[in-house]
Amino acid sequence: MKARIKVMLKNGVLDPQGKAIEGALGTLGFPNVASVRQGKYFEVDIAESDAAKARAAIDEMSKKLLANTVIENYAIELDEK
Amino acid sequence: MKSAVIVFPGSNRERDMLNALEKITGQKPVAVWHAETELPKVDLVVLPGGFSYGDYLRTGAIAARAPIMADVKKKSDAGVHIMGVCNGFQMLCEAGLLPGILMRNNHLKFVCRQVKLEVANAKTAFTNKYKQGEVWRCPVAHGDGNYFTDADTLARLEGENRVVFRYAEGTNPNGSLNNIAGIINAKGNVMGLMPHPENEIEALNGGTEGRALFESLLEAVA
Repeated sequence: MKARIKVMLKNGVLDPQGKAIEGALGTLGFPNVASVRQGKYFEVDIAESDAAKARAAIDEMSKKLLANTVIENYAIELDEK
Repeated sequence: MKSAVIVFPGSNRERDMLNALEKITGQKPVAVWHAETELPKVDLVVLPGGFSYGDYLRTGAIAARAPIMADVKKKSDAGVHIMGVCNGFQMLCEAGLLPGILMRNNHLKFVCRQVKLEVANAKTAFTNKYKQGEVWRCPVAHGDGNYFTDADTLARLEGENRVVFRYAEGTNPNGSLNNIAGIINAKGNVMGLMPHPENEIEALNGGTEGRALFESLLEAVA
């Protein structure tokens, strides 16, 4: 089973990399860019056929390692195929 | 004082730390590989600076889950003194031994320079040889030193005098909250700081004001 995990900085947490990218987009001639936030994206292939179990495991992985919940939120998408 | 320095793949300040510990404590410290599962019986465990695991994922994140870290947590519970410098501070935060996180420097540049450090709490095992409010010179070298935590935790740290060092005289090199350069846990045995006191112990290198930190520990564990 495949899971996709998106990790983003929480609202209000300063994202200097996103700001720098935003500035570069302006320089490239995209004047209408209002803001950019940078995040992380993971694909995890898990050997588990039970969707609930897989989701619970991915949730725990996200909490324990993939995201640092002091500053980041995460969202999980599960491919139940 | 017996001490151990943990070495991770990508650590690069462990020799400076081993050297400082031997010179100041008079006892040869033990270097412990991260894949070990048990630390020797020591009074101080140091997580050194560097770029463990190439800073993959987040700085200190992978090292914080290394096999040896379970015993570091056990030692912490038992009251053994633990110090994280630079990458070691990042690991202590990632391991949950200290609150908060070190984020990318607010200006996105790596900084390698001298800063001024104010001793914000001189009543700790790591600072008792400094005077309260004393300002000393210390080098920093990091890309992720921007200390961040939620407002409640910050208020608690300040209220409980757990900010140990602050960048002084406008020398904050990374945008850290409240100019925080180093913090300590509630029990007072785990301390992390971004600057490198182990590189400020020889007159030849420009100053010896980092010695007092190691001398404080010598006194505290004696």
